[in-house]
Amino acid sequence: MTETAAEQCGLSFQKQADDTLSVFFAGSWKSNQGLPPFNKVQQEIQSNPQYKHVTFDTQELTDWDSGFLTFLIKVFNHCSQQKISVNDEGLPQGAKRLMAIATAVPEKETHTDKVPDPLLSRVGAQTIEVVHASREVLDFIGEASLAFLKFLVGKARFRRSDLGLIIQDCGAQALPIVSLISFLVGLILAFVGAVQLKLFGAQIYVADMVGIAMVREMGAMMTGIIMAGRTGAAFAAQLGTMQVNEEIDALTTLGISPMEFLVLPRMLALIVMMPLLCLYANLMGILAGFFVGIGMLDLAPMQYFYQTQAAVDMTNISLGVIKSVIYGVLIALSGCLRGMQSGRSASAVGIATTSAVVTAIVFIIVSDGIFAVICNALGI
Amino acid sequence: MIQEAANKNEAHIAVTDLTMAYGDFVVMRDLNFTIGQGEVFIIMGGSGCGKSTLLRHMIGLIEPARGKVLYDGESFWDAKPEERDRLMRRFGVLYQSGALWSSMTLAENVSIPIEEYTNLNSSQIRELVALKLSLVGLAGFEEFYPSEISGGMRKRAGLARAMALDPDILFFDEPSAGLDPVSAKRLDDLILELRESLNTTVVIVTHELASIFAIADNCVFLDPDTRTMLTTGNPKTLLAESKDPKVHTFLTRGEEG
Ligand SMILES: Nc1ncnc2c1ncn2[C@@H]1O[C@H](COP(=O)(O)OP(=O)(O)OP(=O)(O)O)[C@@H](O)[C@H]1O
Ligand SMILES: [Mg+2]
Repeated sequence: MTETAAEQCGLSFQKQADDTLSVFFAGSWKSNQGLPPFNKVQQEIQSNPQYKHVTFDTQELTDWDSGFLTFLIKVFNHCSQQKISVNDEGLPQGAKRLMAIATAVPEKETHTDKVPDPLLSRVGAQTIEVVHASREVLDFIGEASLAFLKFLVGKARFRRSDLGLIIQDCGAQALPIVSLISFLVGLILAFVGAVQLKLFGAQIYVADMVGIAMVREMGAMMTGIIMAGRTGAAFAAQLGTMQVNEEIDALTTLGISPMEFLVLPRMLALIVMMPLLCLYANLMGILAGFFVGIGMLDLAPMQYFYQTQAAVDMTNISLGVIKSVIYGVLIALSGCLRGMQSGRSASAVGIATTSAVVTAIVFIIVSDGIFAVICNALGI
Repeated sequence: MIQEAANKNEAHIAVTDLTMAYGDFVVMRDLNFTIGQGEVFIIMGGSGCGKSTLLRHMIGLIEPARGKVLYDGESFWDAKPEERDRLMRRFGVLYQSGALWSSMTLAENVSIPIEEYTNLNSSQIRELVALKLSLVGLAGFEEFYPSEISGGMRKRAGLARAMALDPDILFFDEPSAGLDPVSAKRLDDLILELRESLNTTVVIVTHELASIFAIADNCVFLDPDTRTMLTTGNPKTLLAESKDPKVHTFLTRGEEG
């Protein structure tokens, strides 16, 4: 603390009677000037255990604000802990009234001094939580499947116009980003391949490599990851906000199932749009390979075209498309699940959004791995 | 067991030994009160003491930790899911935040329940929606989205939606918060009118002393300190007869007694 600040707000003590401490405040007590440390009072009281009462003298006090009050609250609290009575007679009128209000509210019992649970019970609690969370996920998947079955028999209740809007949002409006990313992925694949294949004079096989890699793996995977970040996050945020606004409760009390009304159209939209986006991404990737092939490797355009056509067969294309449908379902489910699970605050919506994207990407990668194993086993 | 309760209990709604909790956190325990058919019943208590939570238990959004909520002697949570759906359909709910569906216009908000549960054609629905909106003073706002109207207007639109199906029981969570005194008075009149004409039971969470004394038949007091209810009864009688200083302080805003 600077010298001037110390001058500006003076704090001193005087013993009045045998058991009474008088605290003198002087000068200007404003929080932005730096106030004397509270432990001066603490020390004074500790070094004189005979004190039973505290009084205040503020005749020299010229100016004060909330900083003065917080200091006083600390004095009051410390005194009540030490079983010392405080006499607020000497305080300025305004401070006295504000202190009365501030100390009138009964303090809530806080749990700060709670002892942490023993290790075993923490492990137990965590395990129960995990079981609980997995049951929630299974519940959700079950309910979503029921809603889907209801849709298949034409009994699901949702607004067709909602479906249209969602389709537009996760279809047409996703085209620019899907174009950009899949074109770049195709470009990267072609470059990496070109450098290696050139060593063997086998440049033409760049067409095979780009074609198969895009159609079989990268097209579906990249659209999946883009849509997880774009649409999965949006779903979680939409449903989370509806949770905060009690909009989902309002649906439930009307007997309208949020599963059919909110989750189903989102799932349908992605089931419809993901394969289309995936095919489009495949095309963009192959196009990028084509440019590298004729621009950098001096391949003839028709040659590249026929080579690609020969390499990419229907099995590969349909494998990619099937994957993209599955990814679409996974993205919609994780987005909606996290949104529905969201707490009732703005930060909870943020957490829901993040965890929707993480969940979706994990699911996508895991299911891709499962696909690879199955295809290997079946020799596809 | 349900039969037994029915014989004991003539009340329209009965809350027995209800304990409400979020996980380990007990909000209120041992609530017991009854609400008669056509009654205006008010839930009172300090901010954060669990009034909205009680309402959410009564409309079947949260399962009680212990105890029951009975409708005409039938326990809500012991009933089969289809039965629960049927009970819920008799409720109209105004949520504290309005809870309008933000992607739909006011007209769509009000018409969704009507489309869902009646066979009216679209022009009949339109007329009904216009009627409900004009009852809450929002005639002409059919095509507005919730984000385009004020907070008080959103509350009133929520009210219109709650009344859409002429429910047996209306639940209002702080309906007059955010309304000016004149609109609040009109709301009180509307509630009394609904009770007179349709014999609707109305359960309201509110702090408005003026409306409490004007419209309440009965009320229940929740006390955050003891985490249970203080008392239940007619507010005027309570003010005159209750010995409990907390009840007095609340009903007089701490200005006398
Ligand atoms: N979803 C939840 N999870 C955990 N605790 C909750 C939840 N919702 C509310 N609470 C807690 O339950 C208590 C009661 O909340 P509630 O919303 O019922 O209060 P209230 O009486 O309606 O208050 P107000 O008059 O301010 O609306 C509060 O202490 C709150 O912190
Ligand atoms: Mg509330």
